[in-house]
Amino acid sequence: MRAAPYLLCVPALVLFAGVVIVPLSMTVLLSFHDWGQYKGIEPVFILKNWHEVLSDSYFHEMFARTFRVAFFVTLLAALFGAPEAYILNRMRSPWRGIFLLVILGPLLISVVARTLGWALLFGGNSGLVNKALMGMGLISAPLPFMFTEVGVVVALTHVLMPYMVLAVWASLQRLDPQVENAAVALGAGPFTVLRRIVLPQVMPGILSGAVIVFALAASAFATPAIIGGRRLKVASTLAYDEFLNTLNWPLGAAVAVLLLLALIAVIWGANRLVERRYAQVFA
Amino acid sequence: MSRNGPIALTYHVLFVSFMLAPILVVCFVAFTPEGYLSFPTDRWSLRWFYAIAQYPEFISAFWRSLWLGAISSAIAVGISVPAALAIARYRFPGREAMTALFMSPLMIPHLVLGIAFLRFFTQIGLGGTFTGLVLSHIVVVIPFALRLTLASAVGLDRSIEHAAVSLGASESVVLRRITLPLVLPGLVSGWALAFINSFDEVTMTVFIAAPGTETLPVRMFLYIQDNIDPLVTSVSACVIAITVAALLVLDRAFGLERLLIGRSAGHGR
Repeated sequence: MRAAPYLLCVPALVLFAGVVIVPLSMTVLLSFHDWGQYKGIEPVFILKNWHEVLSDSYFHEMFARTFRVAFFVTLLAALFGAPEAYILNRMRSPWRGIFLLVILGPLLISVVARTLGWALLFGGNSGLVNKALMGMGLISAPLPFMFTEVGVVVALTHVLMPYMVLAVWASLQRLDPQVENAAVALGAGPFTVLRRIVLPQVMPGILSGAVIVFALAASAFATPAIIGGRRLKVASTLAYDEFLNTLNWPLGAAVAVLLLLALIAVIWGANRLVERRYAQVFA
Repeated sequence: MSRNGPIALTYHVLFVSFMLAPILVVCFVAFTPEGYLSFPTDRWSLRWFYAIAQYPEFISAFWRSLWLGAISSAIAVGISVPAALAIARYRFPGREAMTALFMSPLMIPHLVLGIAFLRFFTQIGLGGTFTGLVLSHIVVVIPFALRLTLASAVGLDRSIEHAAVSLGASESVVLRRITLPLVLPGLVSGWALAFINSFDEVTMTVFIAAPGTETLPVRMFLYIQDNIDPLVTSVSACVIAITVAALLVLDRAFGLERLLIGRSAGHGR
């Protein structure tokens, strides 16, 4: 019977070996192949693509933009999502469930449909967002949102916000309300309770939400492609272009593998940080 | 539990409006009577919903997405059940590593998976085929199927099975009459969550779908890349309506919170 668990895992193992590990290895290999306009892909081992991706300032700028967008999306999601999760957690029974559904539901609605909504809201000078901002007297002339980083950041923050709320919500569920009550009984004001009691305990939730949001924002495709258009390239839209328009697959593979490596480094580093700093919370 | 003050409630209203605004805008614009993008003010019209019927590529893409989601989720659940039983019941070397491997499609960017599958399927002659789509979708939905089947396998009361064995049931009878019926709710919710994720997947599919095997989100994305007109808003409004309906059913049946957070997340710690 020692073999039983392995036998049960065989179908999944076969699938992952054949359809995940092999294709990923092939992609890494592909990034070392040569490519020419007329000769196509040549299965040789060269560092040309990697050299180009790592030394060309065009790629530097594009990767800088990708991670800048991801950083601001993560920051905005944490800044606005965490308080909302807290408010949600303090709601009464029917409302809590209803609004949780309203806020987490968009996660399951097509990304294309949600991004289309932002394209309609931003749309040119007559876009609803500009009309509202001008109506409130916040701006005097319409701001460009379409084809700008600001527009991509706003739309991506909306798309990924549920992940942050979900992560903070999950950590709030582990919170003992008695600790809050004890702080109040000992004379702490609501702000002190929030800062000294609640925030330190939900910080791991915020950080794990931030890791998820950052990873998804840096590799998001549909939203930057629609809002950013063809002019504002990020790593994913650039890789798409190399694969389906320029047909320089090896270069596109190098961009994608580099993005994957950068994300693995960020996730691994963040997890190390969380585990070291908040070991006592998990213990 | 203390209540939220007026500032908190104002913030909450603004937050919910932010979350709903783009979704509602799509649904509103879909009812425009004009030939261009505009908000219907005094007149509402269904003309753009009727117009979908004249674009067979949207209709066929919709059916393809439906079949793709149903088939790949069913296979993903079929593969997940034995794996979940193994992970839930046995302590064996490599158990943690295998769980991490099966959950890895959640962490690998779909962009990278799309590129990897494009290269792989082109090499083995499955490029742009429905079979290729099914294989790739099984991979990306397995974590969802596995998480929920695992949750129900972990929560299973083994003493019921032991009782059946002591009453003389054979191993296959126990599996068929006791174990599978008990994990069925997890199986169904796992399938449903997997289906929704397959139905919405665009980033990976856009790389591997060819003309003729495009899924609905891919068709919509390519259409929007060319131009945004009321037709694509009415298609999106239909997709939103279907998803919301599915969401309400799922929430009633299983509870959305349980579905999304998954009870087995911290298991084993």
